[in-house]
Amino acid sequence: MKDGTGFGWLSTGHRKKLVFMIVAVLLASILECVRLGVIMTAKSEYYMQKADELHQRERRIKAKRGRILDRNGTVLAANEVVCTVSVIHSQIEDEEKVIKVLAGELDMDVEEVTKKVKKVSSMEYIKTNVAKEIGDAIRVYDLAGVKVDEDYKRVYPYDELASKVLGFTGADNQGILGLEAKYDTYLAGTNGQILTLSDAGGIEIKGSREDRILPVDGQDLYTTIDVNIQKYATQLAWETMVKKEAKQVSIIVMRPDNGEILAMANVPEYNLNSPYELNYEPDEEDAQKDKMDLLNNMWRNFCINDTYEPGSIFKTVTATAALETGVVSLNDSFTCSGATVVSDRRIRCHKTTGHGTQDFTHTVYNSCNPAFVEWGRRVGTDNMYLYMGKLGLLAKTGIDLSGEAGTIIHKKENVGAVELATMSFGQSFQITPVQMLRAVAAIVNGGKLVTPHFGLYTSSSDGSVVNEFAYSTQDEAISSQTSEMMKTILEGVVSEGGGTKAYIEGYSIGGKTATSQKLPRGSGKYISSFIGFAPADNPQVIAMCLIDEPTGVYYGGTIAAPVVKTLYENILPYLGIERSVQLEKNDD
Amino acid sequence: MPGNNRNSKNRRTRKKGKQYGFYFDYTLLFVLVFIVGFGLTMIYSTSSYTAQIEEGDPEFYFRKQLIFTILGLIVMAFETKFFDYHYFKKFGLVIYFVGLACMFLLKTPLGITRNGATRWIRIPGGQFQPAELVKIGTIAMTAWLIIRAGQNIKKFRTVIVICLIAGILPAGLVYLLSSNLSSALIVALISVVMTFVAYPGYKIYIILTGLATAALAGFYSWIKRMAASGNMTGKFRLNRILVWLNPEKYIDDKGYQTVQALYAIGSGGLFGKGLGKSLQKLGYIPESQNDMIFSVICEELGLFGAFCLIALFVVMLWRINHIAQNAPDLYGSMLAAGVFAHIAIQVILNIAVVTNTIPNTGVSLPFISYGGTSAVFLFAEMGVVFNISSQIKLER
Repeated sequence: MKDGTGFGWLSTGHRKKLVFMIVAVLLASILECVRLGVIMTAKSEYYMQKADELHQRERRIKAKRGRILDRNGTVLAANEVVCTVSVIHSQIEDEEKVIKVLAGELDMDVEEVTKKVKKVSSMEYIKTNVAKEIGDAIRVYDLAGVKVDEDYKRVYPYDELASKVLGFTGADNQGILGLEAKYDTYLAGTNGQILTLSDAGGIEIKGSREDRILPVDGQDLYTTIDVNIQKYATQLAWETMVKKEAKQVSIIVMRPDNGEILAMANVPEYNLNSPYELNYEPDEEDAQKDKMDLLNNMWRNFCINDTYEPGSIFKTVTATAALETGVVSLNDSFTCSGATVVSDRRIRCHKTTGHGTQDFTHTVYNSCNPAFVEWGRRVGTDNMYLYMGKLGLLAKTGIDLSGEAGTIIHKKENVGAVELATMSFGQSFQITPVQMLRAVAAIVNGGKLVTPHFGLYTSSSDGSVVNEFAYSTQDEAISSQTSEMMKTILEGVVSEGGGTKAYIEGYSIGGKTATSQKLPRGSGKYISSFIGFAPADNPQVIAMCLIDEPTGVYYGGTIAAPVVKTLYENILPYLGIERSVQLEKNDD
Repeated sequence: MPGNNRNSKNRRTRKKGKQYGFYFDYTLLFVLVFIVGFGLTMIYSTSSYTAQIEEGDPEFYFRKQLIFTILGLIVMAFETKFFDYHYFKKFGLVIYFVGLACMFLLKTPLGITRNGATRWIRIPGGQFQPAELVKIGTIAMTAWLIIRAGQNIKKFRTVIVICLIAGILPAGLVYLLSSNLSSALIVALISVVMTFVAYPGYKIYIILTGLATAALAGFYSWIKRMAASGNMTGKFRLNRILVWLNPEKYIDDKGYQTVQALYAIGSGGLFGKGLGKSLQKLGYIPESQNDMIFSVICEELGLFGAFCLIALFVVMLWRINHIAQNAPDLYGSMLAAGVFAHIAIQVILNIAVVTNTIPNTGVSLPFISYGGTSAVFLFAEMGVVFNISSQIKLER
């Protein structure tokens, strides 16, 4: 009864309170609407993007890297199918087992695997470049959330062949050194992508939009290398290095008329399929050093990355400058007493008893230092630098390999009589072997300064040419008359001068020897070298052999010239250059 | 007592030849039906993908919810027509005590533990959440105590006693026996709101609100400072608040659900992605058909859809409030106010949680979220409200 009487439903107090309550509800709702409005307009883009990142699964379709081939289409760098192992966090059922299996099969640190497996992301890469057998083994476990995708890995069928030219690729198939690095933009291609929406379990949503960007495979790179010549040059360099107990031996074979490099061997080479393993047992001293320094050293291409004093081969340049400027005629003669004095400095000839009186041609045959001091003096500093410049010795060659070293030389204004004298026979400045080779090539090819190179053209996978590479040449660096004279003189060097050990019966071969002292002078270390070209009157091929730190006999004419001879005996017939001296003489 | 009451009222009723019910709130019925229909649609939309994967049947949750909805509608219709709300004066007390007893059953083998929380008990043919029963028990008990108090309700002391008996005690049990903070909070708040409505004064509430606000503000600034200094580790109970302050920092753990809900709401934009096109429901929001369903509604229907739903709830609450204001007697008014409080608290808390306006605590959205017990009891409450409305005399 109490409720009906007293203050019953007639009381209006609670009605006011009820009005208050509905107003309060209304206010709270409005506040919540404002809050929603902020999230769904001002912050909408932020959350939408975050949500997209969460939903969108990006699968990379790796582009196949272009192959590297020699001039005849022999494959020097190819691709092998390997596996990429990744995990999809939300699909993993047995985390412990996944970690255990992956760490075991992939031979990885458990901690590292754990970190990657436990990371909340739509997809996490565990390891790339996994051998196909290991990938297949992981597939057999059939672990939920573990994905094994097939991928490409770089392989080099010839292991060590031309290692310092080809270079190698990194974990993501990007070019790191050599041609792989230089032509990376052509070789790499463009990776494709598949963007799909997935549910929280990582399962793609059927019928959702799928953005697919197809990969563009890399282009094949055809190079100037001839794998047969490269193989033979490498073998020869090895034999020479072993025989002479040298530090390293390099052989370059080039076409003098266009700069195409047929072979560039630098032994010891390293295995391109395991570029991070040293190609020798490091001794105690090496063990102290940083591994990376040792590797960098191992990867160096002596022909391009290092400079040396060219020594007597440079006499070809001095002779050319002398003939071009007309300060010397072929009839000029010089009497060598075994030494000459420039300013207060006594410069000795290698033949201490002296060569006696010789004409210009014979000063080259004899590689007579005092004579070349005289020819150099006549040329003068300005013209010496002018012709060094014309023959490309003051600039990089522009070869298509990275890390090319530049010339180290006195400033012209600092060159005095002594400096000029020593420069005349190839000392007191440094250039790379490739620079020297290019200069001699220009001297004997009619005066055309070429760009040494490896890249010929790139082609798509169907074999059609995509990019043909053109290289600059400098015509008439020297006159063709001078070139003709030099060819004749240099042929004489091989037939009757200091390079007779390169002479091959039936072939006309021109060349020049050198024996460079390694700095500091008096260390007893030498670089013996020889440049030879054939046929002498119309050079089709020019080759250079450098023996770094030979033991025993170190004269270039004695140890480097025979290497080029052996090389030519084998490759000249291969190149289709006939033994034709007799015939040619008849033609004359 | 009920008979007496009915006599005094039925004089005019008889003139029109009806038992009772010359008034029926069709607006409320329409809004309710609309919200329920919308809720079922959203449950289907939200759960079908995960249901297909987990249960092999995209309609798994939808069908269960539909059955409970039909059951609830039957209960509601029965109550409207045949169950005079005055019966609750006795029946309500039974519910109150049965509810409390059921809470204790959680501690027996009948209790079902899910996700580390024991909140369900096994009953023949299914399971149910006793906390939902406690809510109704609190409404009935508070209303009953208020009319029992009579004039004493003018004393604030009485209000405290009623709150303690009908609200704080069951809330404490809910919290202690099922560690269900949100349900405990709702139970306590229902009794607080009901006694606030019954108590004639404002002054003391203004003072209490001021004190509570000051305390919360102080606590908030303290937490902020602690969170900034970073020496909160180990204080487990405060984790929830740290997550609230910066959910994205804890995305891999406690903040996951909140952040996923925010992603869903944020990616909805003005008009949403379209019905059925939510991506966050595809397993990103755990059990998205439950407490977080509002975020999927936002994602699919946008700000516009969210405003519409909130507006519908406001209309529904306004109608219940209107019925409470015009109830034939104080008891009916209090019951309706209780239902009003229950629904209002849950709607406001749910949206606040989903939008990370307050720390995350599991509150379901009435008539929308998936859940059989909650649905049936909510319809039962609506039945009481409709019964009250049917006893309002049109001519006053």
